[in-house]
Amino acid sequence: MEFLQLFVSGLANGSVYGLIALGFVLIYKATESVNFAQGDFMMFGAFIALWLTNTEYMGLPFWIAAPMAMAAMGLLGYLLDVTIIRRMFGQSQTAVVILTIALGFVIRFFAGVFWGHEPQTLQSPLAVGDVTIGGVVLGMADVTIIVVTALLTFSLFQFFKHTKLGLAMQAASQNQMAAYYMGIPVKRVQGFIWALSGVVAAVAGILFASKGAIDPNAGMLGIKAFAAAVIGGFGSLPGALVGGLIIGVIEPFAARYLPAGYSQMAPYVLLLLVLVFRPHGLFSQVRTKKV
Amino acid sequence: MSLLEIKNITLKFGGVTAVDNLSFSVEEGEVYAIVGPNGAGKSTVFNLISRFYDPVSGSIEFDGHNLLDHPPERIADFGIARTFQNIELFDNASVLQNLLVGRHRHRNTNMIQEILFTPKVRREEIAHREAVEEVIDFLDLQPYRDKLIAGLPYGIRKVVELARALASGPKLLLLDEPASGLSVEETQDLRWWIDDIRKQMGITVLMVEHDMGLVSSVCDRVLALADGAKLAEGTPAEVQANPAVIEAYLGVGAA
Amino acid sequence: MRIHFKTTYNHDIRLFADRTTFLKYAALLVFAVALPFLIGDFYLGEATNVLIWAIAGLGLMLLTGQTGQVSLGHAAFLALGAYSNLILLDKGVPFIISFPLAGIITGVVGTIIAIPALRLHGIYLAIATMAISILADDIIVLTERWTGGVVGMFPPTIDIFGFEIERWTQPDRFYYLVLFTAVVCTLIYRNLLRSPLGRAFAAVRDSEVSAAAMGVHIARTKMTAFGISCAITGLGGALMGYYSGMVNNETFTIVISIQLLMMIVIGGLGSIHGAFFGAFVVAFLPQGLSIAKGWFGTSSVAIPGLEFGVFGMILVLFILFEPDGIYGRWVKTRIWFELFPFARKDMFKRQKSYLKTERLR
Repeated sequence: MEFLQLFVSGLANGSVYGLIALGFVLIYKATESVNFAQGDFMMFGAFIALWLTNTEYMGLPFWIAAPMAMAAMGLLGYLLDVTIIRRMFGQSQTAVVILTIALGFVIRFFAGVFWGHEPQTLQSPLAVGDVTIGGVVLGMADVTIIVVTALLTFSLFQFFKHTKLGLAMQAASQNQMAAYYMGIPVKRVQGFIWALSGVVAAVAGILFASKGAIDPNAGMLGIKAFAAAVIGGFGSLPGALVGGLIIGVIEPFAARYLPAGYSQMAPYVLLLLVLVFRPHGLFSQVRTKKV
Repeated sequence: MSLLEIKNITLKFGGVTAVDNLSFSVEEGEVYAIVGPNGAGKSTVFNLISRFYDPVSGSIEFDGHNLLDHPPERIADFGIARTFQNIELFDNASVLQNLLVGRHRHRNTNMIQEILFTPKVRREEIAHREAVEEVIDFLDLQPYRDKLIAGLPYGIRKVVELARALASGPKLLLLDEPASGLSVEETQDLRWWIDDIRKQMGITVLMVEHDMGLVSSVCDRVLALADGAKLAEGTPAEVQANPAVIEAYLGVGAA
Repeated sequence: MRIHFKTTYNHDIRLFADRTTFLKYAALLVFAVALPFLIGDFYLGEATNVLIWAIAGLGLMLLTGQTGQVSLGHAAFLALGAYSNLILLDKGVPFIISFPLAGIITGVVGTIIAIPALRLHGIYLAIATMAISILADDIIVLTERWTGGVVGMFPPTIDIFGFEIERWTQPDRFYYLVLFTAVVCTLIYRNLLRSPLGRAFAAVRDSEVSAAAMGVHIARTKMTAFGISCAITGLGGALMGYYSGMVNNETFTIVISIQLLMMIVIGGLGSIHGAFFGAFVVAFLPQGLSIAKGWFGTSSVAIPGLEFGVFGMILVLFILFEPDGIYGRWVKTRIWFELFPFARKDMFKRQKSYLKTERLR
């Protein structure tokens, strides 16, 4: 019983990591760089939803507030691309990495200014009640998180595989110049990807804030999502989700069975092991550069 | 014995055979060209010699060494220098620094000596610079000596890459499509340079080239490749007249 | 405009291009040496802080700016330097040995860590080093027996053959120690730049394939870069330990790693000047902000995250408008004046590049 409860709670946490990792993968697919601010996107999305929903702020019904938060984050992602990221066209991966780290700090700062530094919880209908499945009592929030994440990943995967826009995005990520020549509007595609990753971050944030409290530093969670994305190989959407679930499940078990002081190291040690033995993730795509 | 001898080499990427049981040899002092349609495996042969790819079978002998026994960074030590099809220069360094990297195989000092910049390091450094200046002089790169690569036009970059290869003082020079993207005048310069490289410097040249005009004017022998296998070998005139070559270039029945 | 007529190869090799440059740097050094007599203890402390950050920055600059390997884990090496020094002192090793040894230990550990990291490129390396930086915190707590864990360690007074340096009561002596270290590290950096190893670093940064084709041993070069970089950073860490007066598991967090990386980008990647310029920004930003808050009449209000928020914004602006950092701007301004009125707008233009994938299918 205890095993199962640990497992489900791990899956729920892992889903949030997976969703953030999904954001990494989206951006990676579009620009071959990584948005180090994705965790902060998640935090900001959660705060917007919280601000719209909670009675001490706007007090809107959750089912209106949640889509609004998603739309707002989508817009933010798009605007960031148009105003800042797009200017980085053709610059090195490293420059984009450092830029997004800095953006993360800026987002964190504004979140602190708007909503303070006290941890807050989203008044979410998702968090109410328990479900009993086969004699095991599970939090409603956990179950919702897992279901929503699974659905979202599946639809994104289908989107990339089967729609014209999805395929254009993949092409644009692999060779910008060639994609240009093939008539793909690379810039517009890239803007769309950033918007999409903003929406995904908002979903992750809403789910995360339904389960526990958030504060402006919650974005640091993104670091664990790196582990998820790396395990998944950075190029694969289902891979990111699986990676997130692995990290999420390992955590409660490490906390339960490893001596104190060692348990919180588990995700990072796993990350390093994967990087050393499978440098490009478990679902590898990268080979050597052609000359 | 030949300077470079490639015997029965085969390379596969997954299920695709990129180079198929290929053998050829380059004699000391000659200019040897590999021609063939796109995807015939010309650059792949260079990458095999540079040891970027591991062949499935076969051998590559150079000057008494079996290259397959050595890692990529040792190849330069034997006296093989190369250029790349898509120019691989050190973009954020000056022309001079690029050429000095070409001298890297002649480095005789270690990290500690370099940190202290001992007199030996200084002497070596001067020697490297003398060698590099000769190359700069030879290829007329004086105006660009201290310019960053990132700001140079394409044609100049091609010359800088040739210069970097020459700076290493090689016995064998591998040129991967040296004339692609060059203007008529630049190609003309290249022709004289290749001639001088062979005659004055005594360097053997192996090149991949599409420009048949250049090939027939500077090369002693030509190897025609198609689908990774040898189609024909001989003087430029012989190869150009070979029916199999004409067919590979122009399609079945064109001959 | 100055024109260099080069008559010997030494012209290119020697430390200073010409007499004017030499005199300028000599004047700077004289100024630095005279500084304790010119300013009060508070600002001398700030100057010391700038130099310590600059030393740490030089270390990271060598790895990231010169060799192109992004590290988000250099706080771990700052910590390693600080702790090795303090633990050696604890065991009775004199400072004159423990301090350089701390650098060497950090360098050796850095080289060893580089071995598995060799296969990693770009973002993967950044993430791996980030994980190392996070783990360092836990490892310090776990090795409490030596490191003092959460309680931390308190640096004793420095004793060099009876000559005592106490960081709080003798800020001038501590300043000279830091200045000396900074000058030595700068010389090491400069010597590397003008020798084959430094060029090999740049070669690895710009094109690994052609570096290998030119006979540069990629793995060995990266390991050497990691080693020297970590050694210099370790020295910086040891000094930072003295400067902060106490080190524990929270002295060198991932945030410090990030700050260090952002600092060298703002300063200007790939230049010695950049490390110093960046250190100025890092050290004086809190000062500047409190002055700015005074203008707005909000000096008493503490705004958490303000410093990093502003730092982040500065960085974003630099990456967008001056990717070469403060140093790049400085060079451009200087050349503009030297060439006046002949400077052209497109003089620093680079050819447009496109992102090409490293993925092959």
